[in-house]
Amino acid sequence: MRVVLAKPGLDGHDRGVKVVAMALRDAGAEVIYLGLRQTAVQIVAAAQAEDADVIGISVLSGVHIPLALQIRDAQQAAGVDDIPLVVGGTIPAQDVPALTGLGVRAVYGVGTPIADVVAGVMALDGGGQ
Amino acid sequence: MITTDSGIPVDPWYGPPEEPGPPLGQPGEPPYIRGPYASMYRERLWTMRQYAGFGSAEDTNERFRYLLSQGQTALSVAFDLPTQLGYDSSHELASNEVGRVGVAIDTADDMAAVFDGLPLEDLSVNFTINATAPIILAFYIVAAQRRGVDPARLAGTLQNDILKEFLARKLYVFPPQPSLQLAGDVVEYCARELPRFNPISITGYHAREAGCDAVQEIGLTMAAAIAYSGHFTARGLAFDSFAPRLSFHFSSQLDLFEEAAKVRAARGLWYDIATGRFGAANPQSGRLRFFSGCSGATLTAQQPLNNVVRSTLQCLAAVLGGAQSIHVMGYDEALEIPTEESVRLALRTQQIIAHESGVTRTVDPLAGSYFVESLTTELRTRALALVQDVDAGGGYVHLLEQGVPQRWIAEAAYRSELAVQSGERVKVGVNQFTGGGEDRPPRLFEVDSAAGDGQRARLAQRLAARDPAPAARALAQLKETVTACENTMPAFLDAARAGCTVGEITDVLRAEFGEHREPPPW
Repeated sequence: MRVVLAKPGLDGHDRGVKVVAMALRDAGAEVIYLGLRQTAVQIVAAAQAEDADVIGISVLSGVHIPLALQIRDAQQAAGVDDIPLVVGGTIPAQDVPALTGLGVRAVYGVGTPIADVVAGVMALDGGGQ
Repeated sequence: MITTDSGIPVDPWYGPPEEPGPPLGQPGEPPYIRGPYASMYRERLWTMRQYAGFGSAEDTNERFRYLLSQGQTALSVAFDLPTQLGYDSSHELASNEVGRVGVAIDTADDMAAVFDGLPLEDLSVNFTINATAPIILAFYIVAAQRRGVDPARLAGTLQNDILKEFLARKLYVFPPQPSLQLAGDVVEYCARELPRFNPISITGYHAREAGCDAVQEIGLTMAAAIAYSGHFTARGLAFDSFAPRLSFHFSSQLDLFEEAAKVRAARGLWYDIATGRFGAANPQSGRLRFFSGCSGATLTAQQPLNNVVRSTLQCLAAVLGGAQSIHVMGYDEALEIPTEESVRLALRTQQIIAHESGVTRTVDPLAGSYFVESLTTELRTRALALVQDVDAGGGYVHLLEQGVPQRWIAEAAYRSELAVQSGERVKVGVNQFTGGGEDRPPRLFEVDSAAGDGQRARLAQRLAARDPAPAARALAQLKETVTACENTMPAFLDAARAGCTVGEITDVLRAEFGEHREPPPW
């Protein structure tokens, strides 16, 4: 299983995404962490090039909805909107329906046990079909 | 084995040490382990300084007025991400982030609006800004001068610690070497022109929040202080000309005795470094003063009211350790920008400890505790070993460029996450004592979704109203100053006066210095 992880937007909080990367790696996934300040187009291009099974983004500055929208749009434009997108970070519960409405497959807000993140992402292997 | 949070073994009980540790001295005297001032809180309480800022300059001005009306004694400005990274509010990359995690500042006019009606000459103001710190300082000086305030009377602290951006906070723009040059320009300028201002706050806080332990926090902070001092002295500044104005910033987490001992250890370490490595002649050059930020990373989204108790313990640890200023987290900060109610409770937490608990009545009340003195000595020994590892590895800036300490932090964060997951580390309401129903969900702060549009409109108006010729001249002059490797502060001040924006000024620097890209973590 190949997972592309990235920090879109300008937010620099990368503790969480690195912990998730290490936990997924220990669970047997191949993790490609793109790093900070990635644009939607860069993330989707990397997911395509890496033949990713899942794209995961982490946002702690509160702008998860517009960033998820940009990535879903970029996925559509590139013809890869079947790659599941998951979102983690500081995400209030009331924003979850808006994210799932954009086609985000799973949302991992503050306080999600890391084991739940790993199990949820691993379950999406092969597009979760 | 029972250990502290940083892994120091803890005995069942403590008696007099087999070998006496280094001499403690008296409070306010070298080596300052017992505190930087002789009378500490008996004479003057710590500065209560809640970090605040969001939306427009007017929104932030209103929150500042509220905090001051509630007994806060100084201000601390949070800037939005575009301001911190040198993008104007109109920049494509800024679109979602304007006014989101702090106030949006595009020009010196915005800075003037943040402080409108506030008594600049009587306030101490902290600016959490790093990559664009010299520009923000220039905006503040220009805002003060327009009000007729002599910059020499301005008090406060500019964070201006770019090295910890590469390490942990990650809001860097330029590569390390030119970044250090800019930090040095500020320090040099302030030593001459702003005698009441702390031009840098050397910070372990963000590394700790990103996952490292207490030993790494103070060890890395000392390594950074050595790197800065080495850089500043190499450019010809005398150590004693800037060292008394260096300030420090630590986290305060939940292991009460270790946290209090940690800052006592840090004071002893810095005194040794200042005198031993840098030959300080002025004792004040080795007197460590620090701001304590309580810990957001220890707060939980589950049962958020529990965070009030966590923050109280953290604030108490900072007070027992002798902090000069303190920020207490809002209990809702795991979820959103704190509401006015949550910020008031955080400030009240400080006030109750200050005025009701009695812990301020004597200086360094934990001194002489066999346990606390043992911890202080052990933390100091372990942190010094880390400093020596950094020296042996080629120095702090070199290791940062390689991503080495960044990896130490990520690995420590992963270990602590695994400890929570396995239940080895108890988090009340998270992995134990989770029953009994959730707290009533807090009323979350509501972000004004029109803030970005308002700020962009204001910026467009200011650009339309400004005289373009002086602005262009100031930017050209800045470019020449950078090329000539001269101190940039006068050029930033001219640009600020000419109405140049944070984005225009940063673009000149981007063109000259290039942009930093982080080495991959693995």
